[in-house]
Formats: sequence, C-alpha cells, structure tokens
Amino acid sequence: MSERSALAPALGTAAAVALAATVALGLSLPETVEQGPYSRLIAIHPGLAWASYLAFGVTALASALWLWPRTRSQTADLVAGASAEIGVVFTALTLLTGSIWGRPTWGQWWVWDARLTLSALMLALYLGYLALRRVPADPDTRARRSAVTALLTVLVVPVNHFAVEWWRTLHQGRSLNQLDPASDLDGSFIVAMLVGFLAMTLVYGWLLLQRTEVARREDRREDAALAEALAERRREAVLTP
Amino acid sequence: MSYVYAGYGITLAALVSYAAWVLRRGRSLPR
Repeated sequence: MSERSALAPALGTAAAVALAATVALGLSLPETVEQGPYSRLIAIHPGLAWASYLAFGVTALASALWLWPRTRSQTADLVAGASAEIGVVFTALTLLTGSIWGRPTWGQWWVWDARLTLSALMLALYLGYLALRRVPADPDTRARRSAVTALLTVLVVPVNHFAVEWWRTLHQGRSLNQLDPASDLDGSFIVAMLVGFLAMTLVYGWLLLQRTEVARREDRREDAALAEALAERRREAVLTP
Repeated sequence: MSYVYAGYGITLAALVSYAAWVLRRGRSLPR
C-alpha cells in the first residue's frame, strides 16, 4: 500500500470524526445574552475562514517551491492548483455562514465592511487564479504564470486577517484573540471553536490529498490525448504523399 | 435557531458534495 493510499483513509476518518464533534459541540453550546442561539455558529465560521487562509498559504508555498529551480516539480504545481480550488470552497462557505450569522445579529445579510469586502475580493481573486490555470498552455507555462499570480494574490490574506484591527469594522475582532486568558468568552465556546479549527484543517488535508491526485490523473489523461493526436497527425503525414 | 441550522446545514452539504465530486472525478479517470 502506498504512503498516500494509507494516509488518505486515516485522514478522512479523522476529518469525519472531528467534523461530527464540531457539529455536536457547536449545537449544544448555551445561548448567550448578546446573541441568543446565534453564537453557536462560532464552531464553524472561524474554522472555515482559517482553512481558507491555510489553503491559500499552501498555494503560495507550493508556487514558491515550483519557481525555485532546485525544488521545482510537477507535484508543487498540482498542489498549488488543488489547494486554491479547496480554498475557494472554504472562502465561499465563510462568506455564506458569515452572512447567515450577520442577518440576525447585525440585521443585515451583507455590509461593505473591510473584512467582508476583502473576503469577497479574496474569493474573486482566487476564482481568477483558477480561471488562469484553465487557459490552454504547455505545463511549464501554466505552472510559471500560475505561480507568479499566486505569490501576488496571497498578499490579500494577511490584509484580510488584520483588516478588523487596521480599520473600523462591524465584524468582531480576530477570533484568535479569544484565546487570550483575559477574553470574556466562555471556555465551552473556545473549545468548540478550536475543535472546529481542527476539523476544518483535517477536512482540508484530506481534500488536498484527493484533489491533487485527481489533478495528476487529469494531466496524465491530457498528455495521453495529446500524444495520441500527434501520432495520428504523423500517420496522416506518412499516408499522404 | 433556523439561522444556526442553516449555517451548519449549508456547510456540511457543501463539504460533502464537494468531496463526493472530487471522489467521483477521481474514479472516472484512469490511474
């Protein structure tokens, strides 16, 4: 059994268990004075946002590895693309759950606040990155332009993360600030949030393994189709005097 | 409470659907 095929089921099981624990813990949280039952969304929303940052960070790291001649490999390019796609899913879910949380607590589905606007911009930028990867090109050209784009695009991630401190926003402060012992957030909420972080990290890891393998097979199929088309053209050239 | 269920429901449905799509796509391609 290969390393990957042994790791994937274990990671998948751990991710499913952690996700189930997140749901159980999150839905059993007590109601709060300020937000009633809505603070129960703390178990999933910050975890989703964290996973999107992680995914785009891995895309940038894999892109840098591809650009560095000594570490250049097809795997680095495939990981970059796979991670960006998963990051887009997590970012879309972050926006959706945030909007669902905002409606009963802020009275609005959406406001053009710095954190929300930057999250939407991040989604648009990475959708653009994925579109760029689909523009037909030889593998090296695709990898090079994708890697350069990823290294520029990732700049939005720290700006988005610190947006709640750099600008006056409706969005609450950074979720990680809740880990400060001086935080007035009840321990059960912190535990649920941390289990949510773990669950989304494991889900991301499992998805990355699977999606990278799918991308490898897609590339192999394209290479085989191209080789077949070239062979066909050569046969035609031989037959045509 | 319906907002809370909607948040959890959409998250689980989207993650499971995406995972299923990735697995299906993988199975449809030769190794």
